[in-house]
Amino acid sequence: MLRTSAAKPATAGARPGMPAWLERLILSEYLVFYLTLAYFLAVWPIVPEIATPSSLYNMLTDMLPLLVVAIGQTFVLIVAGIDLSVTSIIAMASVMGASVMTADGGYLGNSILAVPAGILTFLLVGGLVGWFNGWAVTRLGMPPIIVTLSGLMFLSGAAIWYTTGHSETSSIAGLPRSFVAIGQGSISGVPNALWVALAVGIAAHLLLTHTVFGRWLYAIGINRKAAEVSGVPVGTAILWAFAISGVCAAIASILYTGRLETGTPVLGQRILLDIIAAVVIGGTSLAGGKGKIVWTVGGVFFLVVIDTSLKLLGMSLFVVFAVKGAVILFAAVIDAMRQRIMLRG
Amino acid sequence: MPGEEILRIEGLSKSFFGVEVLHRVGFTLHAGEVLGLVGENGSGKSTTMNILGGIHRPDAGTITLAGRPYRPAGPRDAQDAGLAFIHQELNLFENLSIEENLFITGFPRRFGRLPLIDRGTIGRRTTELLEMVDVRYPPSTPVAKLSQGERQLVEIAKSLSFDARIIIFDEPTTSLTRRETEKLFAIMERLQAQGIALIYISHILGDVLRICDTVQVLRDGHLVGGGPRARQSIDSLIRLMVGRKIENLFPTRDTAPTSVPALEVRGLTQPGVIKDVGFTVHRGEVLGVAGLMGAGRSELARILFGLDPYAEGEIVVDGQPVDEVTPEHCMARGMAFLTEDRRGEGLMMEASIADNAALPSLRAYATSLFGWIGKTRLDAEVAAVSRRVQINTTDYRGTLVKNLSGGNQQKVVIAKWLLREPKVFILDEPTRGIDVGAKFEVYKIINQLVAEGTAVLFISSEMEELIGMCDRIIVMHRGEITGSHDRHDFDSERILESAMAGSLEAML
Repeated sequence: MLRTSAAKPATAGARPGMPAWLERLILSEYLVFYLTLAYFLAVWPIVPEIATPSSLYNMLTDMLPLLVVAIGQTFVLIVAGIDLSVTSIIAMASVMGASVMTADGGYLGNSILAVPAGILTFLLVGGLVGWFNGWAVTRLGMPPIIVTLSGLMFLSGAAIWYTTGHSETSSIAGLPRSFVAIGQGSISGVPNALWVALAVGIAAHLLLTHTVFGRWLYAIGINRKAAEVSGVPVGTAILWAFAISGVCAAIASILYTGRLETGTPVLGQRILLDIIAAVVIGGTSLAGGKGKIVWTVGGVFFLVVIDTSLKLLGMSLFVVFAVKGAVILFAAVIDAMRQRIMLRG
Repeated sequence: MPGEEILRIEGLSKSFFGVEVLHRVGFTLHAGEVLGLVGENGSGKSTTMNILGGIHRPDAGTITLAGRPYRPAGPRDAQDAGLAFIHQELNLFENLSIEENLFITGFPRRFGRLPLIDRGTIGRRTTELLEMVDVRYPPSTPVAKLSQGERQLVEIAKSLSFDARIIIFDEPTTSLTRRETEKLFAIMERLQAQGIALIYISHILGDVLRICDTVQVLRDGHLVGGGPRARQSIDSLIRLMVGRKIENLFPTRDTAPTSVPALEVRGLTQPGVIKDVGFTVHRGEVLGVAGLMGAGRSELARILFGLDPYAEGEIVVDGQPVDEVTPEHCMARGMAFLTEDRRGEGLMMEASIADNAALPSLRAYATSLFGWIGKTRLDAEVAAVSRRVQINTTDYRGTLVKNLSGGNQQKVVIAKWLLREPKVFILDEPTRGIDVGAKFEVYKIINQLVAEGTAVLFISSEMEELIGMCDRIIVMHRGEITGSHDRHDFDSERILESAMAGSLEAML
C-alpha cells in the first residue's frame, strides 16, 4: 500500500483533474457494487417506494432467475465464447418440462413421478442444447456466435411449434403444486428460488476458483494455445462450459416457470441482452480469461435496481429500454476508462 | 568516413515508478555512421529508443537533432523529424500489398485534394523504393507472400519513403536466415553510403563488431563503455555488458550420459514436413538438433509432443510406445516441451508467475473427486521451483509474466515444466532473445536436470551453443536427418556441411 501511494504523485501529475480516491474507485474490481449503491441512493429521494420491504423483496426474486442464467454465461465468456441461445433454452425447457407435468394431458400428468421427471426434462433440454453448442464449437470449429445465434432462432420457433401441439392456448398450464412451490414458496422465510440460486452460485464460485476445471477455463481464455501446449484438454473444457451454461439456463427456466405456474414459449425473450450486459458490466471480459461469479452477482444487481426504479417511476417500456441502454453504455465507458488507467500504470 | 554530427544525446535520465532505468546516458551519431548499441535485456536500450521515438518523455537530458533541440511528443513527431524504426516484430499489414503498406500514412491523391488515390504515382514510387532495397516484386504483391527478410526490407523502403535520416534497427536479424541477414547488411551499407545514420541493436555481438563503426554498451541504465569498433572484441563487450568476466560461456557438466534409452523415435514421417526421422535420447544425455531455418526441427518437436499430426512412425518413451500422441498423453509419460514461441504458446502473458507455473501440473495437485486443488501445497511447490530457476522477484502470485524481462519469462516456462519433473525434456530454442547472463543460467538448469537423469532434446540455431552443451548432435536438412556427430568430433564446419547437405547455395 505504501509503495503504491508513493508512486501515485508521479502518475497523478500526468493527468490532472482525477483525484486519487476516484482513480482507486474506478480501478476497484467491485466497482459495479459502488455504482449500484450510488444509483440506489440517487433515485431513493425521487421514488421512496424503492426502499420498502416489499419492493426490495420483489427485486430479489426478480433477479434470481436472471442471476442463474448469467452465472452460466460467465463460464462461457471466460473461455472467450458467448452463448446467445440461453433465452431459447429457457423457453424450450419451459414448454417441454410443462408438457411432461401438466395435469391437462401431460405425459406423466397426475403421476407421482410428474415433478421429478419434469425437472429432469428441464435439465436434459438445457444440458443437451448446451452440449450440442459446445460440440459444434469445439469439434466442428464453428464460431460460438453463429452456433448459438442459429440455436436461438431454431429453438424459439420450435418452442412455439411444440406448444401448439400440446395446448389450445399459447401456454401450458395446470402444473403440479409442488413444482410451482419451487418458484413461489419459501423455507423458513427464505424463498426457495433464493436457495436454488445460492446453491448454483456457490457451486459455480467454488468450481471456478478451487478446481482444476476452473483454472483450465481461465487459462484457455487468456491464451488458448499456451493452454493446449500445457496439456489442458481445451476442447473438452470448452464443451463443458457450454453445457454448464445450458444447464444454468434450464434451472432459470424452472424458477420462471414455477413463478408463472405455466410453461410458455415466450419466456425470457426480452432478457437476452440483460444477461450478457449484466455479466459484462460486472467486469467479466468478452475477450475471455477474466470473470468472477461475485462480479456477475453485482452486474445482475445493478440491472435489476435500474429496471425496478424505472418501473416505479412509471416509465413506459420504450423509455425503460432507452435508459437501460444509456446506463449500459455508461458502464462500458467507465470500463474503457479503467483499461486506460491500468495501461498508464 | 562518418560525416557531420546529426544526433547528440546528453544526460538522458528516466525513471518509472521511482526506479531509475536510464542514468545520464549520452552519445553522438554522425551522418553515415553505424552505431551498435548492446546490453542485456533491461539495460535501457529500449527505453532510450522509446524516448527517441516519442513514446516516452525523458525526466532529464537533452537531444539535439541536426543542431536543433528535439523533443518528440509522439511517434508522428519522430517520423517528421526523419527517424525510422525497424522493429523485431514488423509493423506491416499482411493483407495489404507492398505499395499500400508503403503509403498507408499518406496516399498521394489525384488532382490535388480529391479523395481519389493516385495509383500510378504510388506504383512508380514503390518501384523506385523497392529498387533501393533490392526487392524484386511488383508493387501490388501482398505482403503475406514475402519472407521475413523481404518484409524487413519493405520496412526499410518505407522509412526511405519519408526521407529518414536516422534508421534504428532493433534486433532485426532474430527471425532471418543467414542469407537474408547478409542481404540486410549489404543494404545497410548502401544506406550508410547515402549518408543515413544507423543505430543497430542486437544480442549477436559478432554481427555488431562486423558492421558497426562505433559500439556503445549499456548496463543497468548506465553507459558503461564502448567506442570505435577497432578497440572492441566480443570478450570485452561481454565483460562490459555483464560487469564481470564470464570465464566460460557454458557451465561445465560433471555427469556423463547413461546408456538407458529414454526417448526412441523410429521412422517418423509426415509428408512434406519430416521424413523417416529416427534417433534415441538416453537418460542423462543432451541430444542437439542442428539445421537451417525450415529444416523441420521445430516441426519434429511439435510432432513428438502431439501438437501436430504424423502419418507413420513410432514414438517410444521408457521402452513403451506412446499410443495416442497428444500433449496430455505425452505429459503423462513424462515428456515436457518448451516452445520456441514463448509469447504465443509458452506463457499466459496476462497471468501471474504462479498461475503459469502451475498450469501443466494442476491435476497432480488436485483431489480425484471434483478436481479440488490444495492451494497451499501447490503454492509452496511453485515458490520452490521458481526459486530454483532464480526468477528475479519473489512475488510469484502478484507479478504478471508480461512485466518480466525475456530471460525471466523463459525461466517461468522452464519452471512450469520442472514442476512436473520431466523424464524427457524437448527444448526448442530455449535461449532465443534472452541475454548472456540469463542464457548461462538456463544452461546451468539444463545441466542440473541432466545430472538428475532427464533426457534432453536441444533444438537450437546457435551452433556454438549446441557444441557447448550437447553430448551428441544430429543434423536435419529438409525434414531428414543428414548427419550425427559425437562430442569428441564436434566441428562446426562439418555440422554446417550436413545441415546444408551439399546445397551450399541455400546458405549463401
